[in-house]
Amino acid sequence: MIRAEGLTKRYGSTLAVDHLDFEIQPGVVTGFLGPNGAGKTTTMRMILGLDAPTSGTVTVNGRSYVDIPFPLHEVGALLEAKALHPSRSAYNHLLSLAQSNRISRQRVDVVIDMVGLADVAGRPVGKYSLGMGQRLGIAAALLGDPPILMFDEPVNGLDPEGILWIRNLLKSLALEGRTIFLSSHLMSEMAQTADELIVVGRGRLIAADSVANVIGGGQGTVRVETPHFDELAAILRARGATVTYVDNALEVYGLDARTVGDVAFENRIVVHELVRQRESLEDAYFRLTDASVDFHAAALPELAGDRR
Amino acid sequence: MTAAIVRKPRSAAGPETARGTYRAAVASEWTKLRSVRSTVWSLVVTIAITVGLGALLCAAVVARWDRLDPIERLRFDATGRSLAGIFLAQLAIGVLGVLVIGSEYTTGSIRTTFAATPRRKTVVAAKATVLAAVAFVVGAIGCFAAFGIGQVILQGKHVGVSLGDTNVLRAALGGAIYLTAVALIGFSLATIIRRTPGAIAALFAIVLVLPILSNALPSPWDNNVAKLLPATAGESLFSTRAAPDILTATLAVIVLAVWVVATFAVALISVSRRDS
Repeated sequence: MIRAEGLTKRYGSTLAVDHLDFEIQPGVVTGFLGPNGAGKTTTMRMILGLDAPTSGTVTVNGRSYVDIPFPLHEVGALLEAKALHPSRSAYNHLLSLAQSNRISRQRVDVVIDMVGLADVAGRPVGKYSLGMGQRLGIAAALLGDPPILMFDEPVNGLDPEGILWIRNLLKSLALEGRTIFLSSHLMSEMAQTADELIVVGRGRLIAADSVANVIGGGQGTVRVETPHFDELAAILRARGATVTYVDNALEVYGLDARTVGDVAFENRIVVHELVRQRESLEDAYFRLTDASVDFHAAALPELAGDRR
Repeated sequence: MTAAIVRKPRSAAGPETARGTYRAAVASEWTKLRSVRSTVWSLVVTIAITVGLGALLCAAVVARWDRLDPIERLRFDATGRSLAGIFLAQLAIGVLGVLVIGSEYTTGSIRTTFAATPRRKTVVAAKATVLAAVAFVVGAIGCFAAFGIGQVILQGKHVGVSLGDTNVLRAALGGAIYLTAVALIGFSLATIIRRTPGAIAALFAIVLVLPILSNALPSPWDNNVAKLLPATAGESLFSTRAAPDILTATLAVIVLAVWVVATFAVALISVSRRDS
């Protein structure tokens, strides 16, 4: 289990991480969500002992990461996949990591096979594509067969095939009972893979709950298709609903589907389609982050997916 | 904490002592050093320069020997001349020292290294151990080969010396010690500066520029300051002549040791105090 208490990191006058408290539960997939500069990578670095907290603590299985002599057996991490010496081969990169933690050569071959790099393991990693680099980073994380895995933006820049591969790998790793902590700006990805969510913005904790609870916290909308939408919209607004026009239909917020149907019937308005729409993780995210001032603008570029 | 599986952390072998992590780190660093072509080349270049330049300078002396004036002949240091390639070879081995950790800072792979071995001082000590061993072996091969080939060439004018002569063995070993010291100073500078170009500039300033600057001082400051520089200490070790700016072998080793230990100590403090 990873536990942060009052975790804070200050760079000069900026608070990158501001009194974060969270627990990452064993055996589940926890998603780490937040816009650029929200402190996700800094938090992960502090977990790995790479950056020292300004105040507060973070522990892995009850002790500070830097007190673990051979930590690859406890935590496997993928932070920057391409942070490698370009002229070293993948095999030698993994071998040097294995040796530093007393992991056997056989295990190096095993993880190379697991990520499908067997044919190219002897080639310098500088010639690897982004996807191959990401696979190598994951092989390094799996070297010590650790119960905890940490991935920073694992699908970043990958093609659909690579994304599918990582998604399946994460699922199978989770099924083995491993703790998985992953950050991603792809919310649909997160909704598919994560059980728990930790949402941060501007270094502060916004929510830490299960995905179901985070999404269920909102009401959702009702989509209505009708030839008389101006008429129905006016009536629904009079009932206190917020109504918007989307693709020749009405999107109703603030009334449930049943009420919308009843209202239409009472007013003899023909309805062609009436659909209850659950809130997406994206909607929930905006609802949660809307609360923090000056936050929306910072969040938008990342949601557009043009990070880096 | 629900019905999740909590697995006990395992360790592959042995007690997780400080010595255990150090040994593991040394094995890891040796793999890193030998698996990058540029580091292997810098070792080859170090030997090639030491031997090749030494041979060239000895051949030049042989060619001019009959026209040298008697004082120049009297002062001729056959050992020192055959080892003079060290002045250039030190740059190759010094750059290797810088690259051993500088390339990790440049590529960001230092974070992978520290995530695998969070005891950073252990990592730095392991890197320094592997570097020192490799630099000494390569330096010794270069110096003894340069000496042997240089003396064969000088024997053309019967001015060669043998390893059994006074101070000669010391000079050849001293050359290897000096090359090792330069590699280690470069390594420590790179650990402190964390940038390859900056560390190379700092190293070259220390071994090349400071001796020139010390010459600009009025006497006797020039010699007194020069004696404290690693380059002078090195030259004192691998030459057998006597001169006012030359140190005894013991003092030369002490000066080199102080430089190596002082820069290494700052490197150790710096690596454990800063974020990476």
